[in-house]
Amino acid sequence: MESCCRVFNAETGDVEEVISFISSLSSCLSERKRQYLDLAVEEIFVNICLYAYEMPPGTVMVAFEELDDSVSVEFQDDGLPFDPLAQAEPDLTLAMEDRSGGGLGILLTRRVMDEVHYNRKDGKNSLKIVVRK
Amino acid sequence: MIISCDDRGRCLVVSVSGRLDTLTSPDLDKAGKSWIEEGKVDVVLDMEGLDYISSAGLRSILALAKAIEANGGRLVLCNVRGMVEEVLSMSGFDSFLSIFADIDSAVGFF
Repeated sequence: MESCCRVFNAETGDVEEVISFISSLSSCLSERKRQYLDLAVEEIFVNICLYAYEMPPGTVMVAFEELDDSVSVEFQDDGLPFDPLAQAEPDLTLAMEDRSGGGLGILLTRRVMDEVHYNRKDGKNSLKIVVRK
Repeated sequence: MIISCDDRGRCLVVSVSGRLDTLTSPDLDKAGKSWIEEGKVDVVLDMEGLDYISSAGLRSILALAKAIEANGGRLVLCNVRGMVEEVLSMSGFDSFLSIFADIDSAVGFF
């Protein structure tokens, strides 16, 4: 069982570094679940980079934890309060010309992860994703 | 991501490989603009070598499909597999994009 935490600048150019940090710790997962975790990590980190800070760049703390039956990653930022889980999901039945492409990141995160939790505490946004082994 | 193009006359076959994500999707946006400027109307996007796609990649494909359609053409996909196929389905993109099993059947569509 392992837990590990690192702080990154909230800049989209750092997304590869965040993905390799998490990937290096999640060898207990199947290949497909590692891809799912890569995807969720990219979507959440990039979302924070683009929207959390009025005066970029801020920072994002990324905490990895492995439990008996699951792996979790928690993202904490001290940017604007934002609960991505409270946003309406995009309408997937719309015709192409009416699709905007917005909201897909959080939709995919919810689809590929087993759990996604948002909390606002001590002036920080916390988003935690969990994937079962 | 590597983008390689093969002009088949009736359409342009574009093969993408590697990862289509936040960092690489601007390359596809840029390439797409140049095909449209060159007057390429119909495009087959061959995804056989594509291992990974995120929402940034989906947005690029959506923008490309819309731009090609505005130009009087169509964008179709082929050889989608693995997580790329799952992501296209989860996002409902498989409901408005035509997806073919291989390059030959995609080219044959035009």
